[in-house]
Amino acid sequence: MQPELNIVALVSVGQHPKSGRARRAEQDARAVELGLRLSGEKVQVLHAGDVAEESLRSYAGMGLKQLRVLQQSAGADASLALGDYLSEHQPDIVLTGVRAESGESSGMTPYLLAEKLGWPLVTRIADIAKIENGEAEILQALPRGQRRAIKVRLPFVASVDNAAEAPRQSAYGPGRRAQLEPLPWVEAADEVRASFDEAPARKRPKRLKMVKAKTAAERFKAATAKSQGGGGRIMKDEPPREQAQAIFDLLLEEGVLR
Amino acid sequence: MSDIIRRDPRAEWIARNRLHPLHAEMAAPVAETRGPSGLIRKNPHAVGFIGPNGIKRIDRMGGNSAAVGMRRGAKSAQQVELPLHKVESPDFYVVAVVDMVGGRLTGHDKDVLGQAHKLIRGAEGNGAVMAVVFGEHKEEAFDKAGVDRLLHLTGSEFDGYCPEQKVANLVEIEKQYQPRYWLFPDSINGGNELGCRLAARLGERPATQAWQVDRETSVCRGSGGLQDITRATPRLLLLAEECADQIDETRHEVLAVELDTRPSIINRLQDCGQVAVDPNSVSLAEAEFILSAGNGIRDWEQFHKAAEVLGATEGASRVAVDDGYMPRFRQVGATGTWVTARVYVAVGISGAVQHMQGIGQCDKVVAVNTDAGCDMVKRADLSVIGDSQKVLEQLIELARDYRQGGAENAA
Repeated sequence: MQPELNIVALVSVGQHPKSGRARRAEQDARAVELGLRLSGEKVQVLHAGDVAEESLRSYAGMGLKQLRVLQQSAGADASLALGDYLSEHQPDIVLTGVRAESGESSGMTPYLLAEKLGWPLVTRIADIAKIENGEAEILQALPRGQRRAIKVRLPFVASVDNAAEAPRQSAYGPGRRAQLEPLPWVEAADEVRASFDEAPARKRPKRLKMVKAKTAAERFKAATAKSQGGGGRIMKDEPPREQAQAIFDLLLEEGVLR
Repeated sequence: MSDIIRRDPRAEWIARNRLHPLHAEMAAPVAETRGPSGLIRKNPHAVGFIGPNGIKRIDRMGGNSAAVGMRRGAKSAQQVELPLHKVESPDFYVVAVVDMVGGRLTGHDKDVLGQAHKLIRGAEGNGAVMAVVFGEHKEEAFDKAGVDRLLHLTGSEFDGYCPEQKVANLVEIEKQYQPRYWLFPDSINGGNELGCRLAARLGERPATQAWQVDRETSVCRGSGGLQDITRATPRLLLLAEECADQIDETRHEVLAVELDTRPSIINRLQDCGQVAVDPNSVSLAEAEFILSAGNGIRDWEQFHKAAEVLGATEGASRVAVDDGYMPRFRQVGATGTWVTARVYVAVGISGAVQHMQGIGQCDKVVAVNTDAGCDMVKRADLSVIGDSQKVLEQLIELARDYRQGGAENAA
C-alpha cells in the first residue's frame, strides 16, 4: 500500500427504501469502506450539500476524523461543485456509489466527473485488488455474480457496486465528535431539475398477457394449452457418447463453459 | 382459411338421401362402370376417400357418406405472414443501442425497440428505428422485434469489455445520422453504462429509469424508486423494463446501414478477462448455468463431479432435497428458488408443475431422462433419452478433454 495514495470518497444522503428516513447510502458507505481499507484514516470523504445534515454523522462514525462539505442549497447541481473541487485538488482515486438514493438518482455523477476531469471511469467495482506502480487492479462486478479483472492507470474514477464489501458499523460517539468542515463553494443552480415535477411513485401497471386470437377455437387453445417449448430436439437411440457430445455442443454454443 | 374442419350438414344430408335431386353431385364418383363389352369394371383407386388423418378409408355404406370425408381430407396448413413495415428514405432516425446478452435480443431490448416505434408513430415525416449491435450476434428475429435499420459493428476491437471504444463509435453515429432520440435499456448488462457515458460525452441530460415515455413528457423513477419524476422528454433516454409494448404485429426490413468512419482510440481500461468464481458461491436465483439433479440420479458423487468439471451451479428437485441428497437452499421450483439461468440442465427430473414454474424464465433447457414422455422433455430444447449415469460420465470426459485442450492451446 502506498502511503501517499490520495483517495476521495464522495457521499450523499441516503434514504431508507421503506420509511424514507435519511440514512447513510448503501453504496456510498461501501465506497467509504473501500477507501478506509485502502488508505486508512487518510481517506477524504466529501459531500456537496448541507453541513447540518445529521445522516452525514453516520459516515463519520465509520472512523473518520473529519468530513468535508461543499456548502450548497438543496436545488444546486452537486456534480458541478464536485467537479470544480476535484480538478483543483487532483486526488488519485475518486470513489462514488452507483446511484444516489435521493434526488434524481440518475447515476450520472461519476460519468460527469470522469468526463470533466478527463479520467477513465470504472463502473460497478467490487474491490480494488492492488495498486502498484501507478496501476490499479480492479475487480468489476458483473451480473449473475461474476467478476471481471480490469487494469487501469491512476488517476481514475470508480463507482462502487453493492457487491463490494459491506460497510463497517457506524459508531455513534465518534460520529458526533468528528469534525464536519464546511467549505464555501460557488454554487450553480440546477435549472433543468427545477422544471421537474416530482410525486410519490405510482404503482406501475402490470403488463397483461394479450391473447390475439381471432377465433373462439384459438382463444380456447390459448386459455387451456400448457406452455411448452414444442420444437425441442429429442435424441433417443444414439449411443451415450453422441448424446453427451450434443449436450456439450449446446453448452459451448451458449458460452457457459469457461 | 383456417384449418378447422367444419361439417357441412346439408351436404351430408343430400349425400344420404338418394331421392334428392342433387344427390348425384354430392355423392362420390362411382367406382363401378359398365365396360364396352357390357361387363362391370371396378376401379380400385376410386374406392374410398382420404380420411382426416391422411389414411384412406373405404366406405361400406354404398357411397352414401362419401361427401363428408372428401371435405375433411383437405387440410390447409398455412403460416400467417405478418405485414411488412417499410420505411423508404427515412427523414429521421431513432437509435436503440441493444444489450444482446448472449448474442440475442433480451426482453428488455425488445421493449426498447417497441418504445422507439411508439416515439415514431404519429410524428410527422418518416422515422426509422436503427438498432446498433456491437460484436458478433446469434439473433435471427430482428425483423419481428421491430428493427428497420441495423448497424452492425464488428471487429476485434469489440471483443471483451470496451465501453470507451463503443462510446467513440456512438459519437460517430451521432455525427453521421443525428438521431432524433437515443434509446438505451437501463440495465446492468451494459445498457446503462453506455447510455450514461454517451450522455456525459454529448452533454445531454438523460432520463433514467424512464417507464412512461411519449414525445412530450416522460415519467421516470427517482430517489431510489420512491419518487416519480415527470419531465420533458430529453433526446437521450435510459428506459426501464416494460416501458412499452413489444412489436408483434409487423415485420420490419432490417436493412444494413454502415458507419463511414470508424474511430480508433486507446482503451484506458485494460480488460484482463473474467475471474473464475466458485459457481456454488453464486446464488441459485442468479446463476447462469445450472446442473440440476432429481430422482433419477443414483450416483451422487458423479453428479457433484460433473457440476464441478462443467463449472455449473448445482440445483435439485424437491424429491432429491427431501431424500437428503441436497441441501434445501439448492431446491429449484415453487417452494424453492425461481431460477433465471440461461442454460438449465435437468438430469433425472421428470418435471412436476411446481418445478416447471421455477424454471419458467430459463432460456435453454436440456433434459436427460429415461422417460421420453415426461413434461421436462416436452419443455426442453434438447432432450437425451437414456441412462443419466452413462451420459454424465461421457460429459465429464468431454469437459476434461476440452479443459486440457484449452490449456494446451493457451500454453
